[in-house]
Amino acid sequence: MLKDITLGQYFPGNSVIHRLDPRTKLLLVVVYIVALFTAKWFVSYALVLLCLIVIIGISGVKPRTILKSLKPLLFIILFTGILNLFYTEGKTLVSFWISTITYEGLTRAFFMILRISLLVTGTFMLTYTTSPVSLTDGMESLLRPLRHLHIPVHELSMMMCIALRFIPTLTQETDKIISAQKARGADFESGNLVARAKALVPILVPLFISSFRRADELATAMECRCYHGGEGRTKLKQLQYRARDAVAFFLGAIVLASVILLRIFGL
Amino acid sequence: METKAISVEQLNFAYAGGEDTPTVQVFENLDFSVEEGSFVAVLGRNGCGKSTLAKHFNAILLPSGGKVSVFSMDTSDEDALLDIRKCVGMVFQNPDNQIISNVVEEDVAFAPENLGIPRDEIRRRVDEALEIVGMTKYKNHAPHLLSGGQKQRIAIAGVIAMRPKCIVLDEPTAMLDPRGRREVMETIRRLNEESKITVVLITHHMAEAALADRVVVMEHGNILADGTPKEVFSQVQRLKDARLTVPETTQLLYELNQNGYDFSLDSLSVEECAQAIYKTFA
Amino acid sequence: MTPILQVVDLCHTYGEGTPFCHDALQNISFSIEEGEFVGIIGHTGSGKSTLIQHLNCLAKPSSGQILFRGEDVWKDKAFTRDVRFRVGLVFQYPEYQLFEETVYDDIAFGPKNMGLSKEEIDRRVRRAAGFVGIPEENLQKSPFDLSGGQKRRAAIAGVIAMEPQVLILDEPTAGLDPAGGEKILQNIRAYQKALNATVIMVSHSMEEVAACADRLIVLNEGAVAMMGTPHEVFSHAQELEKIGLDVPQVTRVFLRLRQLGMDVDPAVYNIKDAVSALMKYRGVNADA
Repeated sequence: MLKDITLGQYFPGNSVIHRLDPRTKLLLVVVYIVALFTAKWFVSYALVLLCLIVIIGISGVKPRTILKSLKPLLFIILFTGILNLFYTEGKTLVSFWISTITYEGLTRAFFMILRISLLVTGTFMLTYTTSPVSLTDGMESLLRPLRHLHIPVHELSMMMCIALRFIPTLTQETDKIISAQKARGADFESGNLVARAKALVPILVPLFISSFRRADELATAMECRCYHGGEGRTKLKQLQYRARDAVAFFLGAIVLASVILLRIFGL
Repeated sequence: METKAISVEQLNFAYAGGEDTPTVQVFENLDFSVEEGSFVAVLGRNGCGKSTLAKHFNAILLPSGGKVSVFSMDTSDEDALLDIRKCVGMVFQNPDNQIISNVVEEDVAFAPENLGIPRDEIRRRVDEALEIVGMTKYKNHAPHLLSGGQKQRIAIAGVIAMRPKCIVLDEPTAMLDPRGRREVMETIRRLNEESKITVVLITHHMAEAALADRVVVMEHGNILADGTPKEVFSQVQRLKDARLTVPETTQLLYELNQNGYDFSLDSLSVEECAQAIYKTFA
Repeated sequence: MTPILQVVDLCHTYGEGTPFCHDALQNISFSIEEGEFVGIIGHTGSGKSTLIQHLNCLAKPSSGQILFRGEDVWKDKAFTRDVRFRVGLVFQYPEYQLFEETVYDDIAFGPKNMGLSKEEIDRRVRRAAGFVGIPEENLQKSPFDLSGGQKRRAAIAGVIAMEPQVLILDEPTAGLDPAGGEKILQNIRAYQKALNATVIMVSHSMEEVAACADRLIVLNEGAVAMMGTPHEVFSHAQELEKIGLDVPQVTRVFLRLRQLGMDVDPAVYNIKDAVSALMKYRGVNADA
């Protein structure tokens, strides 16, 4: 069922990772990604993997949840791996029929799979440990300088906050509509691609209509609660950097520096 | 002169038509007012104009003729818009579509944040509002995991955090089960009695309306009956003609009267009704 | 005669193997006879929605069986699909499932999925529209131009058009005003009468269910708490209140009258019975 998707979900908790300032976490994700793409050989990958394992350990998110979240992406990960496996030129390892597997291909495929998995898991850790509201707050705060370029930063982050709020509501609703149409004999499983695409109409039309209705009611409710854009707004939870954020930045910098250093030495 | 919480004078309003939809005239010279501190229930069938009327109370809709004022502020005065909305809070039928955040306390903080209230004060108001609706325990929960009645109480807390003088509730219990309905009605009653907030409750549940100080029955944009619950519900025939029901207690006494008895129709509560029957029969 | 539907020791567990796992239904057994009107009562979370989804094969039992005319509904794929048409399920707020361009096409969606001929579909659409009181001229309108109550009735017609032998409705009157709700109940009774169909109605309004059902099933926390005729069930008024269900006001008045010492039937649940009970009481005591 749709309920099983954990993408972008938030698991409330009280670990140090949960309590870090969202801006710190956002910036560290960037550092993490840079480190990941700088990594070249086993040693540096191992270092990044170790960091991730430590973070997961501290956060208290269950490893099973993380494996489950990778499941929907399994196809893409394997597909990229296989492409790299067969289409990298180099020293031939095995060759059969028209395809050859090279030594370079094998290592490249391995690193590719590792890189995507680490990338996805690392960014998921951000949403797992940060409530959507503080995430949007953090983003708004980091992007604030862009206001001078006339980019509506507040509006964008408000939109994101509402979108995240309505994901569970809309998945529940989709489940309900699917059941209701099934009860009327709708068949979503058989037939060719065109037939299946057509079978989605009875779900999509009601879903769109109800989303518009919701949006309309929500807009009125927001107006009733004095919403008038970002001007003059205050916040219940002000973002504040603390000592732990400094520590986190420091550790992040060390990891990045190590990975760069390892790259220079080709490890 | 005592100020009225809400005063509607000679209200005219029509939903503008489009190319193939005709213009719908909802109100023609409607007069209506609500005393400060009172608890008024507005009854009527779907489409009788009760929701449209409610939307005039905090300037979501503006009159096309006549005047609506709340606590002496004209709703068409744009400069007073935020003050009007702060004064008259609104709660709607579907709690899912009025909750903005996925953490309960952050949702309750939404209105005070919009009003630019300092942080410490927001904290105080959020805690107070959650206390009033009895949801303090859930302040860090995700709203979509709560029951309907709890969600609706969060929506009410989100409005009380503005410290309004009046709350207008548009069928707040229509989507709830009996348990949720009781929770919400109990909260509304306490807001009125303890926090002295003026309440306008739009409903088609007769038993809920019977809890108010005053009941107003609307039909086709007009006021059909207006008075205390006892006065209004004793006009059984008139309400029936408007295709509305009356509470079962009144209905029972009315039917007994059709069988030759002479009960007065103002025994609304179960206790009063049982006593009246007991006196006559035993 | 075999009952049309039998529920045998039904259990359903949500999210087995996850930390969110909980029993939604526990050891539920009952049977429903052809032509009966059964009311299922319970508050949100009592398992009533899960139960009815089992009755038309949208949910699969964790253990136990659902029998349709004595045969397991999960016997084979073709039979399961067939049962889905014979046991029609109208969801809560069914108007949110409308999607076609015209009311006619929307009502025809179910019959089309059944693979019926064009003439038969046309006959059924018109008949279903008749049952719910949608006038001929509205059939070519967009369903989204109808009023709230009419939309609801059009959606119900969409299920009725499949002419199910068992019609299940999940809170068909929720959110409507009393007159609109009454109209829908009349439509349902008309359908039941014309086809000698079985009706199962889920509700949390005691008054409403008591007024039309032959038999009531009260659910609480995933188990059957009470079962019987309305008269039997309402004679346990105090227990019903304990479960958190609303007991009709008249029933409460009669309970109070008994406390005051009047020997009246405490299981009265509608105005008509209440009046005749009181008239009878008067008659008996006048004779004495």
